[in-house]
Amino acid sequence: MPRTSRNAAKKHPRKGKSAESAHPKRPAESLPASALSKSQLLDLYRYLKLNRMIEERLSALYRQGKVQGGLYSSKGQEAISVGSAYALATQDVLAPMIRNLGAMLVRGVNPVEFFLQYMQKEGSPCKGRDTSLHFGGIDRGFVPPISHLGTLIPVLSGVALAGRMQGKNLVALTYIGDGATSTGDFHEGLSLASVRRLPLVVLIENNRWAYSTPVSAQSLLLDLADKARAYGIPQGVVDGNDVLAVHEATSRAADLARRGQGPVLLEAKTMRMRGHSEHDDAWYVPEEERRFWEKRDPILLYEKHLLGTGVAIKDELSRIESACAAQIDADLAIAEAAPFPRPESCVEDIYAPEQDASEGLAEEAPRAARRS
Amino acid sequence: MGEPITYLEAIRQGLWEEMERDERVFMLGEDIGVYGGAFKVTKGFLEKFGQDRIIDTPIAESGIVGAAIGASLMGMRPVAEMQFIDFIACAFNQITNFAAKSRWRYGAGVPIVIRGPSGGGVRGGPFHSQNPEMYYVHTPGLKVVAPGTTYDAKGLIKAAIRDEDPVIYLEHKYLYRLPRIKEALPEEDYVVPIGKAALRREGKDISMITYGAMQLHCMDAAETLDKEGVSSEVLDLRTLLPLDAEAIEATTKKTGKVLIVHEDTRTGGIAGEITALINERAFEFLDGPVTRVTSPDAPVPYSAALEDYFLPNSTKVLQAARGLLSY
Ligand SMILES: Cc1ncc(C[n+]2csc(CCOP(=O)(O)OP(=O)(O)O)c2C)c(N)n1
Ligand SMILES: [Mg+2]
Repeated sequence: MPRTSRNAAKKHPRKGKSAESAHPKRPAESLPASALSKSQLLDLYRYLKLNRMIEERLSALYRQGKVQGGLYSSKGQEAISVGSAYALATQDVLAPMIRNLGAMLVRGVNPVEFFLQYMQKEGSPCKGRDTSLHFGGIDRGFVPPISHLGTLIPVLSGVALAGRMQGKNLVALTYIGDGATSTGDFHEGLSLASVRRLPLVVLIENNRWAYSTPVSAQSLLLDLADKARAYGIPQGVVDGNDVLAVHEATSRAADLARRGQGPVLLEAKTMRMRGHSEHDDAWYVPEEERRFWEKRDPILLYEKHLLGTGVAIKDELSRIESACAAQIDADLAIAEAAPFPRPESCVEDIYAPEQDASEGLAEEAPRAARRS
Repeated sequence: MGEPITYLEAIRQGLWEEMERDERVFMLGEDIGVYGGAFKVTKGFLEKFGQDRIIDTPIAESGIVGAAIGASLMGMRPVAEMQFIDFIACAFNQITNFAAKSRWRYGAGVPIVIRGPSGGGVRGGPFHSQNPEMYYVHTPGLKVVAPGTTYDAKGLIKAAIRDEDPVIYLEHKYLYRLPRIKEALPEEDYVVPIGKAALRREGKDISMITYGAMQLHCMDAAETLDKEGVSSEVLDLRTLLPLDAEAIEATTKKTGKVLIVHEDTRTGGIAGEITALINERAFEFLDGPVTRVTSPDAPVPYSAALEDYFLPNSTKVLQAARGLLSY
């Protein structure tokens, strides 16, 4: 893994000392030189904005009672979702957690799907059955989580394993919170993935909190990426509020994984800027910590970078923002007008339609067994 | 008697009093200390009992339950919280293999309590609404309780903590702050015995056997039937393992018509077990087929439109009762 980004984080003082301590101090101007074209750089900006603006709208819908149950914000962490997903190749598979709306946008989800899903409408990806970002499909390049934390790591190991068997040259990437690195599945998934050298990237989103629990109550490590040593796999630490740094670190991690040197454990340092869920005002987060990170808002930082390096002028960014707003308005109107699901539909689709076990075997088997 | 309190407050009081009464009692779970629990059941406990007895843990349910087991072997009385009972799945092995079989294997009791919010009706979707009781009811060595009233919530948590064996204590989150079931509780210490059902309503024409939040629907249906001149008996099981077979037998023999109502899904739900028990003990007293109202065999859906269809309610109970009465 990139020693540079790793060392950058190592230079930092012990955690728990101050709000800044765990954060790599790097001024916005020194964002890594990037091979991305101008249109790609603006693409990233658009995804970041869209991510933030969709979530703001969902939050308003929650207050209106149109979204019920859990609503989880990724405010302050958008650069991780967007930068990492943008680094993947088309054939790669990712698995978002509940704060990775931006990664799903990059994978091609339309805003209307989030609105339909959160508003529990009939045409939603889960037909009103499941909540939040719990939707996807291998055919779309992303696998949805269940609520039980950690479960995606073994599952994505299986995706990586099968991808290799099928000669697809794919990398599987999934996210995990700082808190969820304590689960048994985190360990079991990485154990299996490491001994098979599977093309898997696990990106820890260390946003300093797991509900009300600080990282220090989760692990004695300064860097959660150091958990990689238990598996003998490459690791890296990256500034999670710097979209270009996340993009670069993920590209390198994916590269390593694709070349058979995975799995890779990457840690992005960031901060959860809102409560655990919409109902939680996060009173337990120290005010100075919140204020420190407010200044490190990933979208503001990126705007500064784009303007400061002359990639874009203010007008271009405003036009992108207006286009996002227009799209959200239109999509929300569609979702609002959509019907709720048929009540009886909740007992449908539990199993595959009537099957004849003797049929289809002849064609299916050789394809499944094909190897690289 | 004090002021009427909520179901949630009753659980809180029960835990609090047991911690005051017995210094071997301690709690562990996610966000239970500083935050006071996701639903605030343990609010104020950290301040009162300190970090040694109120332990905020990493997100590691198998770790939590395993540690509770070990501590209980050392003579402690741990109470482990699952933030939502759905996450108990992550501790399945520790519960069903280590905790449940220790006494039988080598004589060591495992007096632990595992508690957490279960049930639907709050738009929690498939992973925050489950009723996992039957996985555990199927495991000899465990006890499973599911209080449906404020009085029982307090009495059963106390009994669970004092019990010598592992107890799964299922709190229904829909009941937590429901004004309707607020109740003034006795000032003095009391327990509700594990393994004993309670008659909520006496009657002679039909028996409704239920537990948890579903007893509200049974009581409502019974009220309606009463106006029509039908007298219903409502039996609240309170404990699912061990079942109160005597109470089930008695009510069956009394009315001859049994309707079982549970929120858990149908296949493998406890209604099947109760039906078999009735066949064994009171078949000749039956005056109609044992009937059940349950959730259908599907995960708990998120959308209100779906969840309202999915869950049992008093209309469904009434309809089934009328069908059985006219048999
Ligand atoms: C196995 C399991 N246990 C408990 C929970 C309840 N829970 C949901 S999110 C959460 C905190 C997660 O923290 P972290 O992993 O840091 O992710 P973040 O919310 O910060 O993105 C908890 C305890 C769960 N979803 N799954
Ligand atoms: Mg976190």
